[in-house]
Amino acid sequence: MKAFAELYRQLDASTASLSKQAALQHYLRAAPARDAAWAVYFLAGGKPRQLVPVKLLREQARLAADLPEWLFDESYDAVGDLAETISLLLPDPGEALDLPLADWMQQHLLPLRGKPPEELPGLLQTQWRMLAADQRLVYFKLITGAFRVGVSRLQVTQALAAVSGIDAKVIAQRLMGYTHIGAQPSAEDYAALVSSENAETGAQGGQPYPFFLAHPFNLPLAQFDAVLGPADGWLVEWKWDGIRAQLVKRAGQVSVWTRGEELVSDRYPELQAMGEGLPDGTVLDGEILVWRDGRAQPFAELQQRIGRKTLGPKMLRELPVVLCVYDLLEENGADLRALPQHARRARLELLAVAFPHLQLELSPVLSARSWEELAAQRERARALGVEGMMLKRRDAQYGVGRTKDVGVWWKWKIDPLSIDAVLIYAQRGSGRRASLYSDYTFAVWNGPQDDPARQLVPFAKAYSGLTDAEIRAVDAVIRKTTQETFGPVRSVTPTLVFELGFEGIAKSSRHKSGIAVRFPRMLRRREDKSVEEADTLATLQALLPGPG
Amino acid sequence: MRAEADLIIARPEGLYCPPGDFYIDPWRPVERAVITHAHSDHARYGSAHYLAHHDSAPILRRRLGEDITLQTLAYGESIEHHGVRLSLHPAGHVLGSAQVRLEHGGRVWVASGDYKLEDDGTCAPFEPVRCDTFITESTFGLPIYRWPTQPELFADINAWWRANAEAGRASVLYAYALGKAQRLQFGVDASIGPIIAHGAVEPINEIYRAAGVVLPPTFHATDPALDKSMLGRSLVIAPPSAGRTSWMRRFPNPSDAFASGWMKLRGTRRRRGVDRGFVVSDHADWPGLQSAILATGAERVFVTHGSVDVMVRWLCEQGLQAQGFTTEYGDHDEADDASAHSPTEELPPAA
Repeated sequence: MKAFAELYRQLDASTASLSKQAALQHYLRAAPARDAAWAVYFLAGGKPRQLVPVKLLREQARLAADLPEWLFDESYDAVGDLAETISLLLPDPGEALDLPLADWMQQHLLPLRGKPPEELPGLLQTQWRMLAADQRLVYFKLITGAFRVGVSRLQVTQALAAVSGIDAKVIAQRLMGYTHIGAQPSAEDYAALVSSENAETGAQGGQPYPFFLAHPFNLPLAQFDAVLGPADGWLVEWKWDGIRAQLVKRAGQVSVWTRGEELVSDRYPELQAMGEGLPDGTVLDGEILVWRDGRAQPFAELQQRIGRKTLGPKMLRELPVVLCVYDLLEENGADLRALPQHARRARLELLAVAFPHLQLELSPVLSARSWEELAAQRERARALGVEGMMLKRRDAQYGVGRTKDVGVWWKWKIDPLSIDAVLIYAQRGSGRRASLYSDYTFAVWNGPQDDPARQLVPFAKAYSGLTDAEIRAVDAVIRKTTQETFGPVRSVTPTLVFELGFEGIAKSSRHKSGIAVRFPRMLRRREDKSVEEADTLATLQALLPGPG
Repeated sequence: MRAEADLIIARPEGLYCPPGDFYIDPWRPVERAVITHAHSDHARYGSAHYLAHHDSAPILRRRLGEDITLQTLAYGESIEHHGVRLSLHPAGHVLGSAQVRLEHGGRVWVASGDYKLEDDGTCAPFEPVRCDTFITESTFGLPIYRWPTQPELFADINAWWRANAEAGRASVLYAYALGKAQRLQFGVDASIGPIIAHGAVEPINEIYRAAGVVLPPTFHATDPALDKSMLGRSLVIAPPSAGRTSWMRRFPNPSDAFASGWMKLRGTRRRRGVDRGFVVSDHADWPGLQSAILATGAERVFVTHGSVDVMVRWLCEQGLQAQGFTTEYGDHDEADDASAHSPTEELPPAA
């Protein structure tokens, strides 16, 4: 695992994609196939089921380091990452062995899963005694599964393509399902990834196609004609706020895959039922949405279904989902992705007519004679609960990932809602921001300025939108204005006001404020505003969409 | 009773010795100041009389003015002032750094300033001094901070430099101009290529050489002998403030690295945005702090700048009487970004 630990170090240290690419290729060329199989699995986003309960891992690490709990917590607080904290605290190993990555996974780590809790301490301590210090971080990353090291799946795909000479699109297709949660990639699996045989791009079995992803488009309306050409060259739809998914029906089997390549067929039995009515060799691309009263419901409702493994009849009745479809990737077993967008759309519409189903909703095409007319229609987006519009070139093929070479999809989102809120709690970040207070909880007032009894009510957490320099400045204020510390969280005397942006807003009984916002982030620090001038709950409530 | 009997107390001006009527590393101008070492947060401008180790003198004069009133001592040499016997003992931090030992009325107190335990060869190594009360720093007072040994450290740095040299890339290593820069130059394998010292580093090199420290020869960046191939094999030692300046542009396709104890953490390493972070500190790591405190035999410990709360709690749990002292040394709050560290250890570039 020494080579893999070194790769991890290089990927982690570098911010340049060229040097990351070089490091990936260097590793893949040298690594035995059975190790490369696991390396690709983790770097492409694979995560095995929990091997050891985090609490037990933490406790065993604390015991091995011989530290009192509070000191372990202080250390964790300073580092901000459990795997890294443990790797820094363990005593020096006895006789360190350099075992291959595949051996670590198959002989030591995977067998930990499901072991009775009383056996785990002994097994872990034995492993730690033979684990070389420079391989610790990667070992604990394998266990905790939080592998983020700044490598995208696309970069892994490109590296595999470069070392194998196989087209990146073929690699992307072969990688579909490779990072499945229960996968145990072997040397054969790796060989199949980079094999020169069967180098066509078709999907097999229950596999989806690589998702085609959109690019953001934020130019002013006046430039649309110049940049995009006339509006009639584009197929325009709403941008839905749900879960992007493909429904695959082949050989009588229905599989529903999310964009994160999670197989979620079991979670949405109504989609499974809908798929069973479709002909074999059909692949639909669309959005999973909670659909009621003839319209999409806020993402917050879908969220209640996402985490559930067991679905009672009540939930299925109250939170029914549909697949809101906008593309047809395979028909009668034929891959349609090279057809132009409009042709795929025409076939999709015929299919929707031929196989009507309550859980199959066709995403409407928005027609207009000009960009101005579309912009006017876009004004309704908020009321409809959508994020804006999708602009798809009528002649676009269905590409692989976030590419533009065979066609392009743009997402033309509406401006975020915004509100001025007060920072009341701060927590340390992780990764690059470990040890800086970079994750904040924001509040608004529950009464007007002349109400002496009014209080600040927390309503959103946000951690993005500031530059590193701004975070450092805010971090300094937080340290100076701390009132209390609860573990990693500090409460502060309210002094900081931020303009928060968010994409959507909905009522929520699960939040103290009675309101849930979607994708909150900091737009800017309002140094010109005092805490008293921050917005109120009433302002927030006024942003709630009206009925219909 | 106890407070009156204390040999050192915290005052707004700095750490003060009441019977001797002098301060140790005061942060405001005072009549008499004992200086543990020449880093700018410990040696401040404006006091009427200074006392420090011989080897600190040239740096103090350079920083605080040639005309300061400065008395110097050798390690172990003692003087008496208002009945307080005072002597200086090696702290192993930078050239001339000293722990201050005070003896009065049968009690012994030691103020350590900043210290580290491992002998780096460029200054007198730390010597534990027995005392009743010890004042310790706590810059790296968390068990996550454990330094690699000197051989491990320099093997890593040399391997990085060698790989860059073979690829024709300059190796730019950022380090504080006083102490760390010299320690790095002393420890690297100078046969790999030429060493170029930044204008803020070279004057300190001269002071070290004059004190008898054998540093490898260093080049000035504009030296005509440095052709392109030599620049591509060079190790450039520069203070962090030299990063992103035009001075840096002369080096071909450089790989950069930062030398600091804070580089132990991925977060600080990545925020620095350099290719490599080497864990090098002139402060004690966690085991170092523990063994230094233990070796003094002190029953009372005062903890200054760094992880004060953590160290105080830990030492109390170990059965010592520990408490914190509020000071204005090293504005390095816990694991703050290394840039916040610069007031401590950086000198302005030579005019």
